[in-house]
Amino acid sequence: MSQHDHDAHSHGSVSSYVVGFVLSVILTVIPFWAVMTSAYDRATLFAIIVVTAVVQIVVHLKYFLHLNFSKEGKIDTLSFIFTAIIIVMVVALSVWIIYESVLMMMY
Amino acid sequence: MNLLGKLSWDAIPHDPIVLVTLAIVAIGGAALFVFMTLAKKWGWLWREWLTSVDHKRLGIMYIILALVMLVRGFADAIMMRTQLAVATNGSEGYLPPDHYDQIFTAHGVIMIIFMAMPFMIGLMNIIVPLQIGARDVAFPFLNNLSFWLAVSGALLVNISLGLGEFAMTGWVAYPPLSGLEFSPGTGVDYYIWALQISGIGTTLTGVNFLVTVLKMRAPGMKLMDMPIFTWTCTWANVLIVASFPILTAALAMLTLDRYLDFHFFTNDLGGNSMMYINLFWAWGHPEVYILVLPAFGMFSEIVSTFSGKRLFGHKSMIYASGAISILGFIVWLHHFFTMGASANVNAFFGIMTMIIAIPTGVKLFNWLFTMYKGRIRMTVPMYWVMGFMITFSIGGMTGVLLAIPGADYVLHNSLFLIAHFHNTIIGGAVFGYLAGFAFWFPKAMGFHLDPKLGKVSFWCWFIGFFLAFMPLYVLGFLGMTRRLNHTDNADWNIWLYIAAVGAFVIAIGIGAFVLQLFLGFKNKDKNLDKTGDPWNGHTLEWSLASPPQFYNFAKIPHVEDLDAFTDMKEKGTAYTRHASYEPIHMPSNTNAGPIMGLLATAMGFALIWHIWWLAGASFIGLIVAFICRAYASNTDYYVQPDEVARIENEHLDNVAKG
Repeated sequence: MSQHDHDAHSHGSVSSYVVGFVLSVILTVIPFWAVMTSAYDRATLFAIIVVTAVVQIVVHLKYFLHLNFSKEGKIDTLSFIFTAIIIVMVVALSVWIIYESVLMMMY
Repeated sequence: MNLLGKLSWDAIPHDPIVLVTLAIVAIGGAALFVFMTLAKKWGWLWREWLTSVDHKRLGIMYIILALVMLVRGFADAIMMRTQLAVATNGSEGYLPPDHYDQIFTAHGVIMIIFMAMPFMIGLMNIIVPLQIGARDVAFPFLNNLSFWLAVSGALLVNISLGLGEFAMTGWVAYPPLSGLEFSPGTGVDYYIWALQISGIGTTLTGVNFLVTVLKMRAPGMKLMDMPIFTWTCTWANVLIVASFPILTAALAMLTLDRYLDFHFFTNDLGGNSMMYINLFWAWGHPEVYILVLPAFGMFSEIVSTFSGKRLFGHKSMIYASGAISILGFIVWLHHFFTMGASANVNAFFGIMTMIIAIPTGVKLFNWLFTMYKGRIRMTVPMYWVMGFMITFSIGGMTGVLLAIPGADYVLHNSLFLIAHFHNTIIGGAVFGYLAGFAFWFPKAMGFHLDPKLGKVSFWCWFIGFFLAFMPLYVLGFLGMTRRLNHTDNADWNIWLYIAAVGAFVIAIGIGAFVLQLFLGFKNKDKNLDKTGDPWNGHTLEWSLASPPQFYNFAKIPHVEDLDAFTDMKEKGTAYTRHASYEPIHMPSNTNAGPIMGLLATAMGFALIWHIWWLAGASFIGLIVAFICRAYASNTDYYVQPDEVARIENEHLDNVAKG
């Protein structure tokens, strides 16, 4: 359609995509390596996997989805916050539900 | 390795009821085919409709799909009600359990996924771009593809009638019953692929319409100035985009369990069926708000138009819808209180569920205040609104009752629950769609329907509904559980008889509706809507001709008020005759949508019957078709100013004649 306004936010450059890609690879290799060396106990392993996964989400948002909290990208920011709230609610409540139901089974 | 997978002659059912149905469908289909061929309409159908990317035509096709599936789903309903009325005092009735189980599953799946969803999406397709002053949606081809994916899913459900079986699990398909161990047939596979394919189409629709309202509003229209129907649809689309991926993931895991011997939801090897039930309702609860929020928007438009007043509390309506959308995401456990969660979990979800009644109550009061001191015109859409207010209030109150975990433990899986959700879905969503249908029919089709038959249809639906479902509340209290095939309890009989009578009264309502459509088309020329504004409407869709010009707006309007068209009429700027027009950029029709829909159907069918070569070939075909479409260059054209001027002047002459 002709009335599409081409908005200002950037679609990144080659170098920013390369940076994002390299960071993602590193953040993927770390947990793999941690599991394969079998040098850590379970709790540490879980912590490593979760932390690298969360950092990787941030890397994707910044380098691939161009979330930058600028004024032009206000709608991006709003939809990101909404999505984050929904995901946190659904995941946290699901964990709570299933955890409690498993506990109930043990009585 | 068999070229036809599991498919063989045994797949054709031997049940006489199914065979008669198939024969009727075959005769009807053949008659339609002969008629279309004799009238030489196939080329026209393909060029003008099936390949159309026009949101108005796609909307009409969605609604046709919904009405066809309504008849199919209602046939299931009336079979169940007659079975239960006949199979009392220990007699077995005429539907054996394995057939009956398929019927109640198909009824649920069809009514939610293939009747209510297409009906809602159809009305949204026709109206939302018109209300925001846009010429089409953001991605017209994607819109066509979404429609064909919905058709693809509907086709698979209907194919299951003649080849193999449908799921016998209930529309929720809980494992372990839906797992391979207890459902080894093709039924659950039909269920999975029908929902999966149409669900992807729905997700694409959600994305498409969100981009449309964010990027393509007419100049002057801020987000908070969007008409209320557009706003409620937007909230529904937000819910679609946020919740349908959960369904996709849950079904994908069930697929892995059934096809590749995974154990996500089995009782052994570390699986847990509660995970499926949890995910299913994390989608399923937002889904009911996806259905009902746009209906609330329709009621708002109708109440405002026929009270001759601006909607009371436009902003509070938007915020209430937003509150319902977000709260809708944190109540899903109330669908399985009886899982046995801890007191804290039950209390949290019970209270959240009750809180949803508050924003819904805000809406109800807004409608009442809109009507207060208004000059109310009792048209057919207004009848539906009144019927809705009464019916939905009762449904909402029984919902608050069920939100109490202790009460839910008593009533769970009883007919009380069945009565409750039909009370809200029929009384809320379906009454809303039928109201919206009556309201926007002249706009979409260009002529009026007979209001007398419309009122007959309303009264039959309304009275039939109460006759059919109020007895189920009683039966629930008397201890009758859902999905029973036959009963043996003298206390229940009378209520089952009344419910069956109710179903037949609704059948008369549907009959009146069909007759109304038939006579409407027959006497079309006598009831033309020439002005394009038959109800003295408030929003931009009424500023166009009926049916709207294919490019919608010759000049994109400048919006200065919430009720944009009322504002224009008051300022005298409506119906301006322009001296010249600019060329209009329009998307061309494309055959990629129907082709991809057909390939998706073939792929789903092949996966259901384990015909691996066909599944692979049609999947590759899908990808290739999409790439071809992505590289197609001839996807748009310009409407020339002289043609625009001719069409606009014809419309304005009609308006001037009155």
